[in-house]
Amino acid sequence: MTIEELEQIAKNVKQENEKYDYEINVCMDLACASQGADKLKDALVKAAEAGAKKVLVRRTGCMGPCSHGPLVRVDTRVDPEPRLYRRVNASHADAIVTSLGGAPVPDLRSNLDEHFDKQVRVVLENAGYIDPEKIDDYIARDGYKALLTVLTEMTPNGVVHRITESGLRGRGGGGYPTGLKWGTVAKAAGDLKYVVCNGDEGDPGAFMDRSVMEGDPHRVIEGMAIAAYAVGASKGFIYVRAEYPVAVSRLTTALREARRHGLLGNNICNTPFNFDVEIRLGAGAFVCGEETALIASIEGRRGTPKPRPPYPASSGLWGKPTLINNVETYANIAPIVRNGGKWFFNMGSERSKGTKVFALTGKIANTGLVEVPMGIKLREIIEEIGGGVPDGHTFKAVQTGGPSGGCIPADMLDVGVSYDALLKMGSIMGSGGMIVMDDTSCMVNVARFFIEFCMTESCGKCIPCRAGTAQMFTLLSRICDGTGTMDDLALLEDLCSTVKETSLCGLGQTAPNPVLSTLKYFRNEYIEHIVHKRCPAGVCNMQAAQSEIQSEVMA
Amino acid sequence: MRKNGFARHALIETLHTVQSSFGYLDDDSIRFVAQSLHVPLSQAYGVATFYHYFTLKPPGKHTITVCAGTACYIKGADKLIAAAERRLCIKQGQTTPDGQVSLMVARCVGACSRAPVALCDGQVAGEVTEEQMLEQLERWKAE
Repeated sequence: MTIEELEQIAKNVKQENEKYDYEINVCMDLACASQGADKLKDALVKAAEAGAKKVLVRRTGCMGPCSHGPLVRVDTRVDPEPRLYRRVNASHADAIVTSLGGAPVPDLRSNLDEHFDKQVRVVLENAGYIDPEKIDDYIARDGYKALLTVLTEMTPNGVVHRITESGLRGRGGGGYPTGLKWGTVAKAAGDLKYVVCNGDEGDPGAFMDRSVMEGDPHRVIEGMAIAAYAVGASKGFIYVRAEYPVAVSRLTTALREARRHGLLGNNICNTPFNFDVEIRLGAGAFVCGEETALIASIEGRRGTPKPRPPYPASSGLWGKPTLINNVETYANIAPIVRNGGKWFFNMGSERSKGTKVFALTGKIANTGLVEVPMGIKLREIIEEIGGGVPDGHTFKAVQTGGPSGGCIPADMLDVGVSYDALLKMGSIMGSGGMIVMDDTSCMVNVARFFIEFCMTESCGKCIPCRAGTAQMFTLLSRICDGTGTMDDLALLEDLCSTVKETSLCGLGQTAPNPVLSTLKYFRNEYIEHIVHKRCPAGVCNMQAAQSEIQSEVMA
Repeated sequence: MRKNGFARHALIETLHTVQSSFGYLDDDSIRFVAQSLHVPLSQAYGVATFYHYFTLKPPGKHTITVCAGTACYIKGADKLIAAAERRLCIKQGQTTPDGQVSLMVARCVGACSRAPVALCDGQVAGEVTEEQMLEQLERWKAE
């Protein structure tokens, strides 16, 4: 495969597409598929074949606003303005095909301009435009161009330099500068090195990695191949959760296609560079998102973390230098190489560059995937892009970072989103889950939910995490039942700092964050539970405690 | 196993294959896998019990999996689980005595935008209500 051949493929696809006057793109991501998007697509294909117009029906990855699904976007060559239809089902297929060239179907029109206007799409640039199982579709949108440019025109050092220059930071949550990590692995001694993609999206409430792997799998593979060239690795692993069977099958197809096109394997693009990727399945362990635990799991062992250093950059998989990055980090690589580090550097805030994909869920009108430049205010994400809290409820808090993150209250919504700002507020960027809670959510109960999660997900290797989270869960349960005392609260705070400071890995060190942040911003709710035995949100069941008080009064 | 060249590090992959063929991992299959891959039985058993995805008990004829991720929890997944437990008279992770229905709880299936989510025999259903779920359970029970 050479650049010329790549361009030829892109040209062929474009010529093929130009035969059609209309393109109907059907979102077939999990959320839309669960509402009958596959039947809808079949109906559209049938309707298009029956009609006289030249219509291409294509399935695509996630278009974003999942709560309006199933989504259909119609692109025409005459009219530059695409039409987005929402809540479409198979019975609408005829109406959509008939309306082509005329006025849009009125009942299905979506009014989501505000939702899209503030977004900047880098990672999701192909989402909704390509068929994830067709490598040609990806190539037609500049796919693999970055890889071939790198292989033929750049030195490995040059690539590391470009990534460093872009200011990209790890998108898995920690925010470690990607260029620095690549540089360390590149400098590490040894012939055999590995590149690993962390697709173990364990954070409940986040699904952007799944969406990228399912909707644009080649982007991840291209990012990994560029990384492998930069650090001098010849073998890569993608670690995917077993809960994402579609992602696994899409990646398997993508890998096969890439090998067939000579974009993976030996002597890629007639250069001495060899690289191939294998898929590894997780089996449901949150701790495997931690890099040393992930390595143990790839090696076929129990996923328990190891003390660092040595860092995986010097001693990782089978003791060899290993580069581990998150799915979204790899997805950013190709655009950076194509457009230059400066382009990326100019987006975002002072210390957090580029864009970030968030999975917006919970009590919010437009749930789904959004991609925004760093530094955007939380208020803009929630009220403008997300459409605010529905059903007349009021906003209470937004939870970021999953079980390792914290809850951010309403009066801090005007802070710009960046790694440092979120850390300062007692939360973390995390992988990008953003769960909105309204006045019907009890913050003590939410804290208990996360501690329960960490308690069951603790691998059991170190005591502060194993025993500490269990004790914290007991204390929080007592408070939720209304049997807690102020001493319990003091003990809880004490435990938080112990677990935070003495745990071995990231899971334990961040496990107290949901408790600490709710204690910081919603302390009055804890006090209500303890002193007045009532739950302000009406979530916790306190009958036992209340009847106890009554019997005391009667006695 | 052959697909992975009998590699020792492909233990998890192999166990996945066994589970998807037989529905669960029994003692014999774990022993067989350990022997074939030249992995100590303790390691194979350790891996099989460490990861939530593997189950050592045979599942029921039908399985309902309620997602208990954060978004689903906020939208009332705990009430769904409690209702299912009441109806089936079993706890989460168990199977009804007649072997018809297993009730499972998942950590997150990644369909958070349609919370609360339940999987009925692997089929994702979004924005599930208690009535819908109980109706499905009744249908399975009646079979």
